[in-house]
Amino acid sequence: MSDDILLKMRGVKIDGKTGDDWLPIIKGIDLDLRRGEVLGLIGESGAGKSTMGLAAMGYVRGGCRISGGSIEFDGQDLTKASEGQRRALRGKRIAYVAQSAAASFNPAHRLIDQYSEAPVKHGVMNKAEAEVDATDLYRRLQLPNPDEIGFRYPHQVSGGQLQRAMTAMAMSCRPDLIIFDEPTTALDVTTQIEVLAAIRNAVSQFGTAAIYITHDLAVVAQMADRIMVLKHGELVEEADTRTMLSAPTQDYTKSLWAVRSFKASAKAAPTADAVPVVSLRNVDASYGPVPVLHGVSFDIHKGRTVAVVGESGSGKSTAARCITGLLPPTSGEILFNGKALPPSFKRRSKDQLRQAQMIYQMADTALNPKQRIRDIIGRPVEFYLGLSGRARDERVRELLNLIEMEPDVFGHRFPGELSGGQKQRIGIARALAADPEFIICDEVTSALDQLVAEGILRLLDRLQTELGLAYMFITHDLATVRAIADEVVVMQHGRVVEQGPKVEMFTPPHHDYTDLLLSSVPEMDPDWLTNLLDERTREGKPLSTETS
Amino acid sequence: MHPIASMALKRLGLGLLTLLVVSIIIFSAVEMLPGDLAQEILGQAATPETVAAFRKELGLDKPPVERYFDWLGGAVQGDFGKSLASKRLISDLMATRLGNTLFLASFAAIIAVPVSIVLGLLAALYRNTWFDRMINVVTLSSISFPEFFVAYILILMLSVGYPFDLGWVLLITGIWLLAEGYGSVKASLKISKVPALPALFATIGVALIANFFLGWWSPQMQGIEAYPSISNIAPNTPFWERVDRSFLPALTLTLVVTAYMMRMTRAAIINLLASPYVEMARLKGMSPWRVIVTHALPNALAPIINVVAISLAFLVTGVVVVEVVFVYPGVGQLMVDSVTKRDVTVVQACCLIFAATYILLNLLADILAIATNPRLLHPK
Repeated sequence: MSDDILLKMRGVKIDGKTGDDWLPIIKGIDLDLRRGEVLGLIGESGAGKSTMGLAAMGYVRGGCRISGGSIEFDGQDLTKASEGQRRALRGKRIAYVAQSAAASFNPAHRLIDQYSEAPVKHGVMNKAEAEVDATDLYRRLQLPNPDEIGFRYPHQVSGGQLQRAMTAMAMSCRPDLIIFDEPTTALDVTTQIEVLAAIRNAVSQFGTAAIYITHDLAVVAQMADRIMVLKHGELVEEADTRTMLSAPTQDYTKSLWAVRSFKASAKAAPTADAVPVVSLRNVDASYGPVPVLHGVSFDIHKGRTVAVVGESGSGKSTAARCITGLLPPTSGEILFNGKALPPSFKRRSKDQLRQAQMIYQMADTALNPKQRIRDIIGRPVEFYLGLSGRARDERVRELLNLIEMEPDVFGHRFPGELSGGQKQRIGIARALAADPEFIICDEVTSALDQLVAEGILRLLDRLQTELGLAYMFITHDLATVRAIADEVVVMQHGRVVEQGPKVEMFTPPHHDYTDLLLSSVPEMDPDWLTNLLDERTREGKPLSTETS
Repeated sequence: MHPIASMALKRLGLGLLTLLVVSIIIFSAVEMLPGDLAQEILGQAATPETVAAFRKELGLDKPPVERYFDWLGGAVQGDFGKSLASKRLISDLMATRLGNTLFLASFAAIIAVPVSIVLGLLAALYRNTWFDRMINVVTLSSISFPEFFVAYILILMLSVGYPFDLGWVLLITGIWLLAEGYGSVKASLKISKVPALPALFATIGVALIANFFLGWWSPQMQGIEAYPSISNIAPNTPFWERVDRSFLPALTLTLVVTAYMMRMTRAAIINLLASPYVEMARLKGMSPWRVIVTHALPNALAPIINVVAISLAFLVTGVVVVEVVFVYPGVGQLMVDSVTKRDVTVVQACCLIFAATYILLNLLADILAIATNPRLLHPK
């Protein structure tokens, strides 16, 4: 039935401007969406998912242009419509939910004013009606204090709640189509569940059609009726969700699956009398008057990986800051090979500083954009090992070879000329340059696509075997923990709630919180979310630990 | 206490401290001037006894530190001592002059601030179009000219009336702009090629057309009383008379400060246009003007408030040249007169008042910039 088609995109081509050239981002994609249908768009970053989603609104970002094809929304071709006609549709009949609600809510206005903006300006309701309606939608999306929450400013509301408030805002004009652009990517697993549940309920209640964009197959499996896989601006495969999950036909789709099969090489357990490389003993720490760590103790042994997991705000990164001496603990000790370290990095010797290095989550911001790769890596070589001239250059070449990057090709480049995965490798080389015994990896794969992330994990694993490094691996992603950890430390509210070897941690019985974390990781089964929600409702458990 | 109140008190304390340091610098600078003040005033013919007696009368025989504290103690109570030249109380002298200067500054500010912010918003809205470039060229050229030049051009156009060679003035102005401002204007507008010859012809064309129309528009041609080129204002001048007489200096100041505020507004707004919440507003179907005014502007207030405050401070303290050109009886002119008469006590007082204005306006800008941040106004 052609009447049933809400959105019909044919041969859509979008170019992006690089220097003086227009390079294709979307290379001719067809897309059909029926009323009330949820379509999943998946692919790695750079696949053109967001560009495609925005194009469905007749919108392209600055520096891009639609160079071909047609985008028919409810019979109206958006590529031929005037800007005024497109504006009349946006917000009213097609709405958008952005990846980071924290960045996409205007910090200067209250939530409810931003909610009512579209209905009032599009003439759907007046301000008073819109406010009543907002409260109703906030309630349906299970926001805490629905009568009051709208009168807060965005910074006064937590990330998961903001994401639901944004979904409510998108629904304010009861649109026919909503574009969800990675709405849960920035959230913790436990928070993700309630947002997913809220979105799914809202979409089915109002019979809204949706395009759900994500790089996470397991998430899209819960949300979408049909899935399209994109790669480099082209359609790889399209099928019903169940067909796609059970019988993907393309190699690329299968490779997206394969990522989770990586397992780090097995290591022998440390002997009972072995001295740990790093040992935290009852560490307390606070930011100003606010205590953030309470009696944290764990050991990290030579050649082993300890994964520290927990939601944001659980104190994972703070523990790392204590080890590096950036945040001196208020009490407790940090031992390095059995000897206590001075609490502040200012009082540590150069050798003590050299022993513990860090790799950061955002390789983009952790590398100086104005320095060449050889200088970024050469600096710690010079500073810690005292090498200069030819010896320094030799060492830099060795390090680049070690991270599988050709020194002659990459040495003279700037970070801006590298891909995300390559930048993260440079971050690893910089940490290795100090010749440390111990490396803190702070969410090093969170900002990367799954295939690239797997490459980084393999590299870290190989380096550990070759160099006998000890890793403290901070992450909120339990799939990564499964892949790389030897031991696991689970943290919540600044306390260690459970710790032990990985095998024990992944087999029941668990601490309640560990259980919540583990069960919140989405699985590929399309019925997973439904079953989990049923189960949790039956047992009367909360969806997450987030409090208002 | 509310965080903003405590912050304001802290800033106020720091402002007073800065003012104290400035007062030391002013006093020391005047102290370091070469020559003996009493000798200067009495002239070469004075006997040593007269000079000594005069020094005693002025209090110059006391050690500098003591004199500094005397001066400071007086200044805190509003007593700046007596003018050396006229023997009048400086506070009396200052009261009317400061009033006049503040009147002129407020007059200019009332025109300049809204005009430049609206122009900045419009320039951001129509960025990189001819409209944007034109606003940039006009405002940039008005600050590229020296103030006195702007002042004389305005006198020529609005006060003296239509002279036969006004077209030539515009033509010379245009050529001057092309020669002097060419490089900076080109760089700031990122226009890679400004065809010089067509621009020259365009200027000549505009000059000739303007010449023609100004012929009708000229105050004298219409028999309208022109704006006075000398702003003689007395304390008993009625308000509208005052407005009329200080119109030309106010307009000069407006032309001089508009560019800074307009360009900062434009830059601050454009800076935010790439942010996700601005994109969100566009995706909600909001009109471009609404996106800029309700979504970008509230978040760009901090830098705009700062540049407005600095411009206001300039309007009070930077009026020296303009006041002299228009013979406007303000603090700036008082200062220039006092410098020529070596009336150091008055110069000191003027400096201190200018410094206090600067510090006060910056303080106000800091507080307002923080107070417009909802994160601080509505803590968690």
